[in-house]
Amino acid sequence: MAKKGDWVRIHNIVLKSEQRTGKLPEDTKAADLQMWTKGFLQEESAEIGDEVTVKTACGRLEKGTLYEENPHYTHSYGEFVPEIIEIDRQLREILHGGEN
Amino acid sequence: MAQLAKDYDSVMGRSNEIMKEALGLDYTPFESGSVAFDYEALMKATNYTLDEINRIQSRTGVGNTPLLELRNITAFARKYAKPGYGARIFVKDEAANASGSFKDRRAACAVAHAKKLGYKGVVAATSGNYGAAVASQAAMHGLDCIIVQECYDSKGVGQPEIVEKARKCEAFGAEVIQLTVGPELFYTTLSVLEDTGYFNASLYSPYGIAGIETLGYEIAMQCREKIGKDPDVVVCTNAGGGMVTGTARGLIKAGCKDTKVIAASIDLTGLSMASDIDFNRKSCTTGHTGFGVPYATDPDHSDVPRSAARPLRYMDEYVTTTQGEVMYMTEMLANLEGLERGPAGNTALACAFSLAQELPEDAILVVSETEYTGAGKHIQPQLAFAKENGIDVRFGNPQEEDKPGQNVILPKDPSFIKHKVADLKHFKQSRIKKAVKKAGCEPNEADLVYLAEEVKEDVAFVKETLGL
Repeated sequence: MAKKGDWVRIHNIVLKSEQRTGKLPEDTKAADLQMWTKGFLQEESAEIGDEVTVKTACGRLEKGTLYEENPHYTHSYGEFVPEIIEIDRQLREILHGGEN
Repeated sequence: MAQLAKDYDSVMGRSNEIMKEALGLDYTPFESGSVAFDYEALMKATNYTLDEINRIQSRTGVGNTPLLELRNITAFARKYAKPGYGARIFVKDEAANASGSFKDRRAACAVAHAKKLGYKGVVAATSGNYGAAVASQAAMHGLDCIIVQECYDSKGVGQPEIVEKARKCEAFGAEVIQLTVGPELFYTTLSVLEDTGYFNASLYSPYGIAGIETLGYEIAMQCREKIGKDPDVVVCTNAGGGMVTGTARGLIKAGCKDTKVIAASIDLTGLSMASDIDFNRKSCTTGHTGFGVPYATDPDHSDVPRSAARPLRYMDEYVTTTQGEVMYMTEMLANLEGLERGPAGNTALACAFSLAQELPEDAILVVSETEYTGAGKHIQPQLAFAKENGIDVRFGNPQEEDKPGQNVILPKDPSFIKHKVADLKHFKQSRIKKAVKKAGCEPNEADLVYLAEEVKEDVAFVKETLGL
């Protein structure tokens, strides 16, 4: 449960699929245009999925569905990619006069 | 005051007035009423000289970045060139700018101008490094900042590189509005501009493009100081066209008469930029033909009435590479030169590696940028993400096997790094036809001259294209 003043992430549907503009590929047209943003929760308390209002970093009030409490980033340097090690090995081999 | 209707059609219907308010610039005086508009008058309307822009940028940690000679990469390129060939390759280390890319040059001028005009905040629609640049500049000027990004597919899966750019914007105190795929991002941006009354720090305003001119100017001056001559070739990664336009204008202002400007993009032919499914099948989110070609052939479909980025006015050649080659070159830059940069910003570098092989050893080739690297925005997470999305990542011959959205072909060895020459004439003809079609009238004599300037050709070329 999030409390008033907590930093949260909200989700919103900007345009439903049927409201989307004409010049779109079929896959995009079939999907809603969704939006996420973050801010301080304005309600006394709220659960994930509740309709809430947040005050954003710029002080705007934005409404949406409570999507995440204490939102954090999960992007990383990714899983091991063996091909990168192979590039390194190859470059070193050529550098030390292996080829050409 | 009555609440304005905020539905799609109502906001888009107010687009002209919202943009005029948000840019502090009226574009109508530059229009001729037919095909032509006065591009140079638009650029002059910024009222900033190159010196003033340099001063603005210097105050905020932008510009005067190092020009680094890539000696080991040059030596490598020469292994694959015929005797006496293999130009000296230099790179402008634009990652040294305040927020880590050349986009700081664009943002510095735009945000300083917003501050001067008294706006309380700035808004930019961008999924790229430009967001971080605007956010960084806004932080320095004490302005609010909102960045609107296209970041997720409809399942809510974010492109790692774009997620990282959102993080960086937030690090500078900006608000980030993240959207799923679709051109209606423009609607959200307009709506936010209208609600906030903030400045539209568009990538394509004359302030943004004027800010890049210092890059071309610095390249010329640094080459003269270091090497005692002008660069023979400058290779620019091309997406929205700003880098090519601004750099070339700066080179011209520095008096570089014989320097060739070559645009370079990753060939993503076959992937739709507006497709929800294709969105996460790209391993490089910018520097590709999906932006490069439409923005070159129709610059005026951005978030300003007339784009100040008009790359066909300046490019002498347009070459392409592939995602796998850019990934390989990014690793080469780290391994051989000790510079961990990119990846997408290394598009020009990948092309430069093989372009250099066609030039004599005493020729000077400058790659116009590097960009910062970080979690998500790096070849390892991009290749890992590609694999998660079913993309076939393997070694091979990119020239023959590359299929954007299906595979990433890493060159078997550096001899398989080879740029392709794109059909620039075709793009120029396409630009001319689109401009005439959009205007919906027969071009007059002044229009023909304008169209010739638009594509760096003569009037005869325009007439031939239009069958006149």
